[in-house]
Amino acid sequence: MQIGLKTPSDGTNSFLGSAIASLASALTLLIFLLIFFGNPTPGRAIPAFARKYGLPCSACHEAWPMLNVFGQTFKDNGYQLMNDRDSPIWQNPSYWPATFRMTPNWHRESTSQVAIDTANGGQVPEEVTSNGFDLSGLDFHTGGTLYKNYSFYLLPSSDNTGAFHFETVMARIDNIGNSPWFNFKLGKFELDNIISEKRILTLSNEGGYYQLYHFIPLGDSNVFGQMGDNQLGAELMGHSLNDRTRYSVALLSSNDGNVNLSSKNAYSGFVTASQAFDAGYQGGVDRVGAYAFFGNAPTYTLTSYGQPVTSVGNKPFNREGVFALIYVKKLDFSLFYQHGWDNAYFATSTPSNVPLPPGAQATSWNGGFVETHYVFNPQVIFIQRDEFVRMSQQAFNTTPGNNSNINAYTFGFRYYPFMFSRAGFAYHAEYALVQQKGAAPLTFTQLNTSSVFLGFDFAF
Amino acid sequence: MLGTVAVLLLGITCWAQQTEYSEQQRLNMESHVGNMTGHATIGAPIYKRFCIGCHGVVGDGQGENAMWIDPKPRNFTIAIFRCRSTPTGTLPTDTDLYDTVGRGMLNSNMPHWLPLTNQDRVDLVAYVKHFSPRWLTEKPGTPIVIPPEPPVTADRIKEGRAVFQKMECWKCHGVTGRGNGPSAATLTDDENRPILPFNFHDSQRFKCGETDAAMYKDFMTGLDGSPMPSFADNLKPDEAWELVMYLRTLQPEDTVEKQIAKQIGLKPLEPNGQLPETPATPAPAGNPAGEKSTNSSGTK
Repeated sequence: MQIGLKTPSDGTNSFLGSAIASLASALTLLIFLLIFFGNPTPGRAIPAFARKYGLPCSACHEAWPMLNVFGQTFKDNGYQLMNDRDSPIWQNPSYWPATFRMTPNWHRESTSQVAIDTANGGQVPEEVTSNGFDLSGLDFHTGGTLYKNYSFYLLPSSDNTGAFHFETVMARIDNIGNSPWFNFKLGKFELDNIISEKRILTLSNEGGYYQLYHFIPLGDSNVFGQMGDNQLGAELMGHSLNDRTRYSVALLSSNDGNVNLSSKNAYSGFVTASQAFDAGYQGGVDRVGAYAFFGNAPTYTLTSYGQPVTSVGNKPFNREGVFALIYVKKLDFSLFYQHGWDNAYFATSTPSNVPLPPGAQATSWNGGFVETHYVFNPQVIFIQRDEFVRMSQQAFNTTPGNNSNINAYTFGFRYYPFMFSRAGFAYHAEYALVQQKGAAPLTFTQLNTSSVFLGFDFAF
Repeated sequence: MLGTVAVLLLGITCWAQQTEYSEQQRLNMESHVGNMTGHATIGAPIYKRFCIGCHGVVGDGQGENAMWIDPKPRNFTIAIFRCRSTPTGTLPTDTDLYDTVGRGMLNSNMPHWLPLTNQDRVDLVAYVKHFSPRWLTEKPGTPIVIPPEPPVTADRIKEGRAVFQKMECWKCHGVTGRGNGPSAATLTDDENRPILPFNFHDSQRFKCGETDAAMYKDFMTGLDGSPMPSFADNLKPDEAWELVMYLRTLQPEDTVEKQIAKQIGLKPLEPNGQLPETPATPAPAGNPAGEKSTNSSGTK
C-alpha cells in the first residue's frame, strides 16, 4: 500500500497524484464498460436464504444488502416465508444456511490535517493521503430457522487482519401465541433500525456508516449511545401480518455490545414504531416511524492491579428522532432525523466520582440525513447521501457553537452483473467526504476526510 | 426461384408481425380488482424482481430455481390455476389471481406477497395473464355461489364423514386424512409430475385459503391442474358443508368441530367401506345450537 505525504514542494506526489488519477479513471472506465457492454442477466438473490427458498435475491433486497419491504417482512417473521415449509426438516439435510461476504478493493483515504511527528520532537499538521489495494473485513453469516417459529442468527466477523469477534449472536421465538405481534429475541443484535446501517449500500471508510448512528461531540466520552453498534440485550417485536405496522422494544446492557459484563448494572432501552402505507407513487411501500434510545451508561472504570474490573458511575443519555422511507417510481429516499443529549459528565469526559469542571453542562445536538437511491433496475443502483449534524448546546459556553458540527456527503453506485440465487457479486464505486468543525488536531479547525473506494463486493 | 424466396420471406415477415402483434396485444393486458386497474407493462419489472427465479422469463414455470422446488412453480402459459372461484376448466377471475398472490400457496415455495402494495399485486396479475393467449380469446368463468354455512352439529359432522367415504376422498387423502390413501403414490399433476394429496393434519389452513368458504369452494371448483376434481355435479351444497365440518375435525388446532367429534367419539373410516358406529350425542353444552361464528362469506 502506498502512502504519500502531500506537501506543496513534493514533486514526487504530483507524479503519484497523476498515477492515482489514471488508475482511478481506468477502474471507473472499466466498471462503466462492464455495465454497459457486459451481458447482464435478470436480477436474482442473496445466498443463504435464497438457496433455501429459491427466491431471487431481488425479491428481498432493493439492492443487496439493503432490504425491501418483502425482505423486511421475511426478517420480521423470523426468516420465515410462513408457508409451513420453513422448518429445517423440509430442507435437504446437506443444506447449511451459511454465507460469507468480503470486498477486495482499491481505496484512497485523505485527511486534511494529521499531527505528524517531526525530528525535533514536535508535531506539525499535514495532509496525508494514502491509497492502494486492500481488503475489507469478513462477514460469515449463518442464520435461519431451528424449527417452525424458532430461529437464530450467528455472525462471526473479522477485521481485515482476520481478527474475529461476534458481531451478531441471537436466538428468537416468533409468533408467540400464534400472533405476529409477539416475537422475542435474546443475544447480541442490531437495534431495530429500519434504515439499517448493517445493510448500508456504501462501504468506504468515510461513507460506510451513518454519522448520526455513532455521533459523539468532540470531548464527549459516551461510547455507549451508538445506535449503529450491535447491542447485547433482549427485544420484543411485533408487526401486522403484512408488516405495515410494526414496533419493537429492547432492553440492552449499556456496554456497547461488549461481553463479560463490562459495565456494572447499566441498562438502556431502544423503542421504535413505524407505519407503512402506499402513497401511490409506485416503486415501493412508504413508511414513517419514530425511535428513542435512552438509558444510563458508565463514566469510568474500576481497576484491580491496573486491570479493568467493570465500569461504573452511570449517567443518563438519550437519542430520539423520526425516519421515513419514501418511494417515487425508481427513486427512493431514506430520511432520518435525530436529537441527541448527553449528560455533562459524558460531555466533559468526567468520571462521576469527581466534581464537574466549572461551567460544565450537558451537550445536545440535532442532525439528519437524506439518502437517495435511483434503482435503474434491480441490478444497477445509484446512491447519494447528505448528512448534517449541528450542535445546539456545547459542554462549555466558551466552546464555539459550531464545534463538532459535521457535513458528510457520499456518492456511489453498485452494479450486480449476474446475481442469482446462489451467490452475489457487485461492482462498487464510491466517493465520500466528511467535514467536521474543530476536529483538526493542533489547529482545532475544520477537519476534512475523504475516501475513494472501488471494489468487488461478493457473497456466497 | 425468386418467387419462392419472396413468398417465404413474405410468410416469415407476416408470421413475425403476427407474433409481435400478439405479444404487444398481450402486453396491453389489464386486470381489474375492485376499483384498481393493473397493467402488464407496469407489472413486468415487478415480476422480474420477485417472480422470475421460479416462474421463469416466459412464465412457463421453468425459472432457474424450478428444478430445486417441489411442488413446481405454476406454468402461466397454459393458464390453468388451482385456486379459483370459477367452475373447473374455466379461467379464474382477476380477483382469484390477486388473492392467490396475496395469500401464497401453502406447503410450497410460493410465499404470501401481502407486503407488496395492492397496486403492485394487481399489476402482477395483469402481467401473469399476458403469458397465455387464452386470456385474449376466453373470458373468466362465472364465480360459483357459496350458500351460507349451516350451524355445526354432530349429525352434520357425521354426515360429512359419510360424504368423505361416499366421494372416496380417502382413496387419495387417506382414511384419517393424512394424505396417505392407497392412490396417493400414483397421483400426478397436469404435467405428469408426482403430486401428494393434502394432509389435513398439517395445518389449519388450506391450499386456497383458511376459511370454511375457501374449502367449500375447493370442492365445487376443483383444483385444476391437480388430481383434485370438481364435485359440483356430485355434491349438494349441504353435503359440501358437511364435508367441510368433518375435515375441520382432522386439523391440528382446536375447533368447534373437533370438540364435538371428541364428545361423540367420532372414529376414522374403515377402508372396507363400512362406517364405524358412533353413539348419537347432542351438541356440547354451552353451544346448544352447535352454531359457530361465521360472517356472510363463511369466514371464522
